[in-house]
Amino acid sequence: MAQHQVRYLQDGGLPVVLTTADKILQWGRSNSLWALTYGLACCAIEMMASGASRYDFDRFGTIFRASPRQADLMIVAGTLTKKHAEFIRRLYDQMAEPKWVISMGSCANTGGMFNTYATVQGVDRVIPVDIYLPGCAPRPETLQYAVMMLQKQIRRESAFQKLKPKRLV
Amino acid sequence: MMRRYQDKHDVQAKAYYNDRFWVAPQIPKEPVESDEIFAKDLESLKSKFQIKEAYIQRGQMVVYIDPKDNREVLKHLRDELSYNFLSELSAIDWLAKRGEFEIFYQMLSTSKRKRMRVKCYIKEKEAIESVCDIYKSADWAEREMYDMFGVIVNNHPFMKRLLMPDDWQGHPLRKSYPLHGDEFAQWYEVDKIFGKEYRDIIGPENRDSAYVNERDTKHFARIRHEVRYGEEPSKEPTNLMQEYQEEEGVFLIKKFKKDKSITLKERK
Repeated sequence: MAQHQVRYLQDGGLPVVLTTADKILQWGRSNSLWALTYGLACCAIEMMASGASRYDFDRFGTIFRASPRQADLMIVAGTLTKKHAEFIRRLYDQMAEPKWVISMGSCANTGGMFNTYATVQGVDRVIPVDIYLPGCAPRPETLQYAVMMLQKQIRRESAFQKLKPKRLV
Repeated sequence: MMRRYQDKHDVQAKAYYNDRFWVAPQIPKEPVESDEIFAKDLESLKSKFQIKEAYIQRGQMVVYIDPKDNREVLKHLRDELSYNFLSELSAIDWLAKRGEFEIFYQMLSTSKRKRMRVKCYIKEKEAIESVCDIYKSADWAEREMYDMFGVIVNNHPFMKRLLMPDDWQGHPLRKSYPLHGDEFAQWYEVDKIFGKEYRDIIGPENRDSAYVNERDTKHFARIRHEVRYGEEPSKEPTNLMQEYQEEEGVFLIKKFKKDKSITLKERK
């Protein structure tokens, strides 16, 4: 029995880590960013590639969910048409707080090459965006980097801040 | 902040833009008699219907008919002349030139290995009969024609917009429709989601794809001069050193310091 006794003051020290509640909460949040599958166009292919085994989003705790109720992160991957604009807003509203948005690719950022009557000229006209990811389409590495930047931003924030009235757009 | 105008020296488009009297070259038309099968088909059509004009272009026969005959002509083509496919159907906007729409039906006969086009002209407010019960493929094509051109189709089983939203105003493929959309189109998503009173808050669309404003850090970030949302733009380069996810470091984990590391010149 005595052999299995844990010697706290030797062999690598105490199995205890001290941290602030803030930090551990945000650490947890940032490492379990469940993303809503929101592929709208060709960027969706890159988003799927980032989720698949070669780039493996699971390493970052980013798992795609098919329901906005289970998602923290919305990766808008592709062209947002005016017909679809009301639905993206509805899905965004259905996501539980705290929630973040990555606007992926030129089309989602600014309308991109679709400077036409039927395309929303940037998703930030409809929903607030945290990270704008340039590229047409951005490679999976770029999306990974965007998620890492978002994680960094989340860790920087306070966990118990009052829910600021988010900018409408 | 508009971009400065630059002459693009678009040589390929030059003749088109400079020569005011430039006319696009026409594809040569051949008489229908030059093709045996088409000549027979035209004979058969002429015996029953009024044919305004007929010729062969690029190996395809083009036949102009009276718009009132469209159902009968297509039925005749399907049952008697074995044109078993209606591959496409749509309209062409000639409203500015002649105040009319040109409706075309692109037909394919797999047994004869021939394609032909049936065409007719209708006035702007005039309706055309649906051919949906003759060729099933006409269903969505006619809905798209209504959606894009505003051509009304009579006796269609489900006459509704196909591509644009149901509450859309205007018909986008008309020549008179602006590419960037009319006022309704430009504010469509704002009006629908937030209401008209939010137009001032959200602001108009930016349609200049080269628009850059380096003072505006809410919308732009200069590479290597990034600052946080809405802060003053920085003159000095930022974040030139190694980037870490944790700014002040992680407990028990040493940071890699790039400037203090050495690179081996030789393998030990």
